[in-house]
Amino acid sequence: MYDAGKIIVGIVVFLVLATSPLWFNAMTAEGPDVPELKSPPNGATECVEARDTMRKNHIDLLDRWRDDVVRLGRRDYVSATTGKVYDMSLSRTCMDCHSNKTEFCDACHNFMVVDPYCWDCHVEPKEAN
Amino acid sequence: MDGSRRKFLKLAGLTALGAAGASSIKATASSGAAADHDAPSTDGVRLAMVIDLRKFAKNDALVERCIEACHRTHNVPDFGDDEKNAIKWIWADDFETAFHSQEFHFIREDLKGKPTLLLCNHCDNPPCTRVCPTQATWRRESDGIVMMDWHRCIGCRYCVVACPYGSRSFNYMDPRRILDDPTIDYPTRMRGVVEKCTFCEERLARGLQPACVEVCTNDEIVFGDINDPHSKVREILTERMAIRRKPGLGTRPEVYYIIDDPRTLQEVAPAAVVEVTEEGGHA
Repeated sequence: MYDAGKIIVGIVVFLVLATSPLWFNAMTAEGPDVPELKSPPNGATECVEARDTMRKNHIDLLDRWRDDVVRLGRRDYVSATTGKVYDMSLSRTCMDCHSNKTEFCDACHNFMVVDPYCWDCHVEPKEAN
Repeated sequence: MDGSRRKFLKLAGLTALGAAGASSIKATASSGAAADHDAPSTDGVRLAMVIDLRKFAKNDALVERCIEACHRTHNVPDFGDDEKNAIKWIWADDFETAFHSQEFHFIREDLKGKPTLLLCNHCDNPPCTRVCPTQATWRRESDGIVMMDWHRCIGCRYCVVACPYGSRSFNYMDPRRILDDPTIDYPTRMRGVVEKCTFCEERLARGLQPACVEVCTNDEIVFGDINDPHSKVREILTERMAIRRKPGLGTRPEVYYIIDDPRTLQEVAPAAVVEVTEEGGHA
């Protein structure tokens, strides 16, 4: 092999340069700015289901609520966690506690780069500027 | 050999003809028998609306109030004179236009040109639901309301064409551009979606009357279960003269318009009205 030394040094330099952003981040940055959710301003401490369930599966729950209300005409939701009965309504029930769409919905959705179209039609509560 | 094939084909042809003829005769006979005017429209609860045109004829401002109440409750945008973009859940047209199939000739003065409230008729046999390719609109079995699921509507507008009453509107524009202050209690629609009156099913679920009925103070509009013999709508229909829009189409609309006036009857034939008073107390 001709110029083996130069080639190997070249490969090493290339690898270091190509992976430098990873090294740089690993050594300096403290990770991405994960959005932190505030507690509901009205002081509510429990959601319709357990916190973890809601964090992972709220879209499935909302989907089911939508079909129940619009297509089946059922409006009462019995919580599997607490047994309490809730009105299946995004604008009334969810936004009654999570009244700030920008801080609650948008914070995570923007972070995860998802763009649900709930609010194209449903009306969010007014936010104080 | 040839002869027997010929015979067989003749016989088969005649049999087929006979079968087709019999079934068409049967179909004609059964359609004739279906015209039972006192039969309930469907089983169970059947919501219907009765609009008393005599009361409205004296109160044009109420027409506007009904429209305003409905459109505010349901975030219906007001495009003004822009006919193409107009969204109508409940609207007014003059009496002759609303009932043009009646071919009125010399029309009674008090009804002539009077603004008449028009809305989705929530037909028993709705042509709009049959053409929907996504089941975004359907007739609810529990009370007969012709529902809409705006999540599912793809905006093909087949239903707009199918509805003979012009009760469906298409959002050519994003309604949010017109609505300054939408109410949070009801969603708006989005561009590319068809919408119409839903008999205020969201208010009924909370035990309220439809918005247009609620602003009426003198039973100008009455709403209820037409299958319940003791309901107000049923009582009125059995005592007064009511017409429906385009009944000949067979859609069986469930919005009724009262056109007679018991007081006029009293002047012409007092005895007949006394009878009505004794039976139902509604003269």
